[in-house]
This record gives sequence, structure tokens and C-alpha cells, in this order.
Amino acid sequence: MHEMSIAMAVVGQVEEAARTAGATAVSSVRLQVGELAGVVPDALSFCFELACTGTVLEGAELVAEPVPARARCEPCADEWAVGMPPQLSCPVCGEPTAELLSGRELQIVSVRWEDGRPHERTREPISEER
Amino acid sequence: MCRVVDLQQAVLAKNDASAQSLRAELAARGTTVVNLLSSPGSGKTALLERELVLARERGVPVAALTADLATENDALRLARSGVPVKQVLTDGLCHLEAGMLGGHLDGWLPEGTRLLFVENVGNLVCPASYDLGESLRVVLASVTEGEDKPLKYPTAFGLAHLVVVTKTDIAAAVDFDEAAFRANVQQVNPGVEVVLTSARGGVGLGALLDRALAAGEGAAVHTPVMAAPPAHTHTDHTHTHAAVAQTRP
Ligand SMILES: [Zn+2]
Repeated sequence: MHEMSIAMAVVGQVEEAARTAGATAVSSVRLQVGELAGVVPDALSFCFELACTGTVLEGAELVAEPVPARARCEPCADEWAVGMPPQLSCPVCGEPTAELLSGRELQIVSVRWEDGRPHERTREPISEER
Repeated sequence: MCRVVDLQQAVLAKNDASAQSLRAELAARGTTVVNLLSSPGSGKTALLERELVLARERGVPVAALTADLATENDALRLARSGVPVKQVLTDGLCHLEAGMLGGHLDGWLPEGTRLLFVENVGNLVCPASYDLGESLRVVLASVTEGEDKPLKYPTAFGLAHLVVVTKTDIAAAVDFDEAAFRANVQQVNPGVEVVLTSARGGVGLGALLDRALAAGEGAAVHTPVMAAPPAHTHTDHTHTHAAVAQTRP
């Protein structure tokens, strides 16, 4: 069950970000989970709770946002919901011309934490990883 | 102050970065990694054993690393081929990660190795998510596993550079419907090549070796639809929080 490895990676990344920001208690983590990410959300939630134990994320809630998989065939100007099991060859022309538009996400979107700083509007850098 | 902060970090970014640097490091040493994924009992070890013997006969410097949850049987079997073989026990971990692989290669991978076959832990779920720095990802299924195997494990088959069918010597006996299997592969991974093999009959061994060598020589490898980066990121989730951290009282 690699959901444990995934959960530990999420916790590790959030811990690092929390340390950098001087945050103390993390109360929630928002995660995008694509339909084709190969992760079972229920198993991930279970593992997440375990992985948070004894960290700054102890007791944090995992909010998993499912992302539907969609694909497109440029020549046909066709776009479709990939579904499960996924249909990745174009339903119109049947050619291997499809592009996946979404569905492989496994991404920490945002976190909510207590950072001990006074009320201020701060600008956080956003890494362009995608 | 309790606040919501945008992180936007890919969960597998660390593994992907390790895989990327391992691929570059091995390429500089002239080594190409072939990552083999399958369910237990697919005949992956039997095929790999024959593949290693063939490579040795052809004078291709080859090595194999086999990952298992617990036993060492696979390594003993592969070592009969006479090429360098290393067994890695994952202690219950269901997949290899790039950093782990790199650690296992340190001080072991013989100089001048042209092809390194990595026999991943036997399952088609977890290993699919982890790039190991391979140049060729091969997903195997035996004729006994059913034509719908690609639909049951779409992430594994969908990310394959090459699909290999094993045990074709008994295809007729188990009523394997090759056309249905191929159609299911095409549904999840349009355009990917399917190679039919039989370790017992010595069928398809050369084809697999040729594809691996070609990948190492920089020949174009199939790009699965599922692996290609999205043409444009969808906007409904990623940018709604904007760059300003939202503060909450
Ligand atoms: Zn089309």
C-alpha cells in the first residue's frame, strides 16, 4: 500500500514548509487527487492520520479534492471525460492523438496553520512546479 | 494567527527529481535502466533470466537488480544467467523509489554496464507512481491473467513505454484473446507497442532486448498519453487562491 509513502511525503513537505514559515500547529492540508493518480483517497486519509502522529500536523485534517480526468483530441476538436477504466484513445477517430488535460494531479494545494505572527497580509511565493 | 497558505507542491516532486538526476548520472556512465513491472506470478523472473542469458551471449554488458518484499529466490534464479545480480529486500515496502535505487547501485553497479534491468516489487499498483530513472518502462502480463488486466490496472499499463505478454506458449490452452487484450491496452495507452513473449519457447526475447538497447541509444521511446504533461493546466483549482495568503482571525 503506497498510500503510506504518499502520506509520509505529504507530511514531510508540509513539515518543511511549516518550519520555514515558523508555523506551529497545522490544522488542515488541501490535496488535489487526480482520478488517474493511482491513489485510493480513503486509504490515503487513513495513512495520513497515522503519518501526522507526533509531528506539527498532529490531528490535521486532510481535505482531498478529486480531480476528474479529461482528455482532448485536437484534430477532432473533441473533449471527453476519461472515466474509469479510462478511455484514452479518441472516441471519435480512434487515433492515438489524445492529450490528457487533467487527472494525474497529486498536489498539495494549500495548508492552514498557526504561525504565531500578527495579523498581516503576506505575499507567499508560489512555486511553478506544474 | 491562523492562515491558509498556498503551497502548490507536487507530492512526488522529490522522487521525480531523484529519478531525473539518477537518469542523468547513469547516462553519463553509459547505463540505461529498464524498469519491469508486473503482478506476482506473471513470469517476469523467468523472462528476465532468459533475457540476461541472451544479452550475455550477444556480448551486451548487462546487470539486474531484483526487489522483493522478503525472499531471495529471484536473485538466485537470475544469478544462474552468470551476469551481476543484486537482490534488494524492501522490508514490506510495496515499491522501489528512485533514491532507494540510487543507494543500492552505489558501489555495486559494475563499470561499463550498458543495460540494468530492475525487477520491481511484484504488484501493478504502487510501483506505477514512482519513476526510477528508467529509460524504458515495461509492463508485463501473462496470458493467464485475462484480457481485461490493462483495464483493471490502468495507471500501470497507461504509463508503460512497452507492454509485454508472457507465457504465450500456453495462450491457446487458456483461451487468451490476443485481440481483446490489445484493444484494452490501446484504450488506456494508445499507440504503445505490445510484444508477445515466451520464456519457455524463446519467443520475443530479442525484441525486448532490442527495444532496451534502442532506448539506451537515444531512439524515440513511446510517450504514453497519461505521461504527457497537460497541454494547459486547468484553472478551476490552481489559481483561485491567488498569490496572497488569506488570513483568518
Ligand atoms: Zn480524434
